[in-house]
Amino acid sequence: MVSFKALLLRDLRLAFRQGGDGAMAVIFFVLAALLFPFGLGPEPEALARDAVGIVWVMALLASLLALDRLFQGDWEDGSLDLLALSPLPLELVVLAKALGHWLVSGLPLLIAAPIVASMLQFDAAGLPRLVAALALGTPTLSLLGAVGAALTLGARRAAVLVSLLVLPLEIPLLIFGVAAADPAATGDGSTQFMVLGALLALALPLCPWAAAAALRQALD
Amino acid sequence: MHRFANPARFMRVSQKLLPWLATITVLFLVAGLVLSFLAPPDYQQGESVRIMFVHVPSAWMAMCAYTSLALASAAALIWRHPLAEIAAEETAPLGAVFTGLCLVSGSLWGEPMWGTWWAWDARMTSVLVLFFLYLGYMALLNAFDDPTRGRRAAAILALVGFVNVPIIKYSVDWWNTLHQPASVLRMGGPTIDPSILWPLLVMAVAFTLLFVTLLVIRMRAALIERKIRVLDAAASGALG
Repeated sequence: MVSFKALLLRDLRLAFRQGGDGAMAVIFFVLAALLFPFGLGPEPEALARDAVGIVWVMALLASLLALDRLFQGDWEDGSLDLLALSPLPLELVVLAKALGHWLVSGLPLLIAAPIVASMLQFDAAGLPRLVAALALGTPTLSLLGAVGAALTLGARRAAVLVSLLVLPLEIPLLIFGVAAADPAATGDGSTQFMVLGALLALALPLCPWAAAAALRQALD
Repeated sequence: MHRFANPARFMRVSQKLLPWLATITVLFLVAGLVLSFLAPPDYQQGESVRIMFVHVPSAWMAMCAYTSLALASAAALIWRHPLAEIAAEETAPLGAVFTGLCLVSGSLWGEPMWGTWWAWDARMTSVLVLFFLYLGYMALLNAFDDPTRGRRAAAILALVGFVNVPIIKYSVDWWNTLHQPASVLRMGGPTIDPSILWPLLVMAVAFTLLFVTLLVIRMRAALIERKIRVLDAAASGALG
């Protein structure tokens, strides 16, 4: 537990001192979402109808941005070998990395999402649900992303490849995430929230396991 | 099962089996095609019902190939059998082609029947996602300088995808249902008329045989290719 915390804090310190990936993900998220009014036209009704979908799709894409760096740096300078030799199981190393990725690039989205949604004329009454759905869905994005990052470690064009691998697997999240936050849907969306929670509960043990298996192949 | 995991034994057995397998495949394919054209036109769909004789077996094979891909990948990861690795590697392009065939034939059928080339209905969407899973697998397989690393990473991806397929299927079904419900494999027997069901079943057997035959040919070719590469390396090593 101590080494888990140490690893997480190290990753966070690195992210803040180098100050790249997290801020970049948020800026990308806001900028890309604000391209939609230019593409779709500024009519408030159309924008309000599509706001949830736009926010979710952009959150999906923004989570991909920092993925290729998730293990790359540690792999290149050999720290990953030391982490694999440490008493901390590799599965927990992955979990710490995924948690770090989420804290740096997922959590800021939760703050940016209401602002972007409001600019897209989204009804303010629906904002808590949107943020709650994102809060439940984005950790799963980071976990799936960790699997993709581990699989493509050392590959040619890893950054593009990781999107090709991870995006199809994230479709269920997109479907239920949008449905959970959509004010036009019937009911209070509790079913969809439960499914989002179930997906997270499924990804939490399985993704670190798969990603650790992939890392072991890379370190062979 | 481990008895057959020996590449040399596989080459011997498959060499004897292949002519028979190929002959039976051709017979079934010809019979299936003839039956497909002899089947009476559907009272609603007319002649275009015949597209189904290619479309439905392709869809079955698309799923069947992904299952065998996952099984072969699991075997390759657990026992490190070279034969299982080759089987997985050679299954993927076949599965991708069957999936592509399913999408294209479905699109050709959809235009006269539904009046559109593409609809975002649940089953079409999940087959499309399956197609991208195949493409991702093949891209990862070829993305490394070290082929062994590519194979192992792709095998893990195949298993991750296999766990995800039911989740994707369920969520897409939930998202939108417009396609007709299952009509062959369902409780209480098929709802298809026997005059159409028989050609369909013969075509399904023919497609399965075709898949097996092509897989065996591809696996043999891959094994020979590996042997040549080893010999090449040995020869250049002896010279250098």
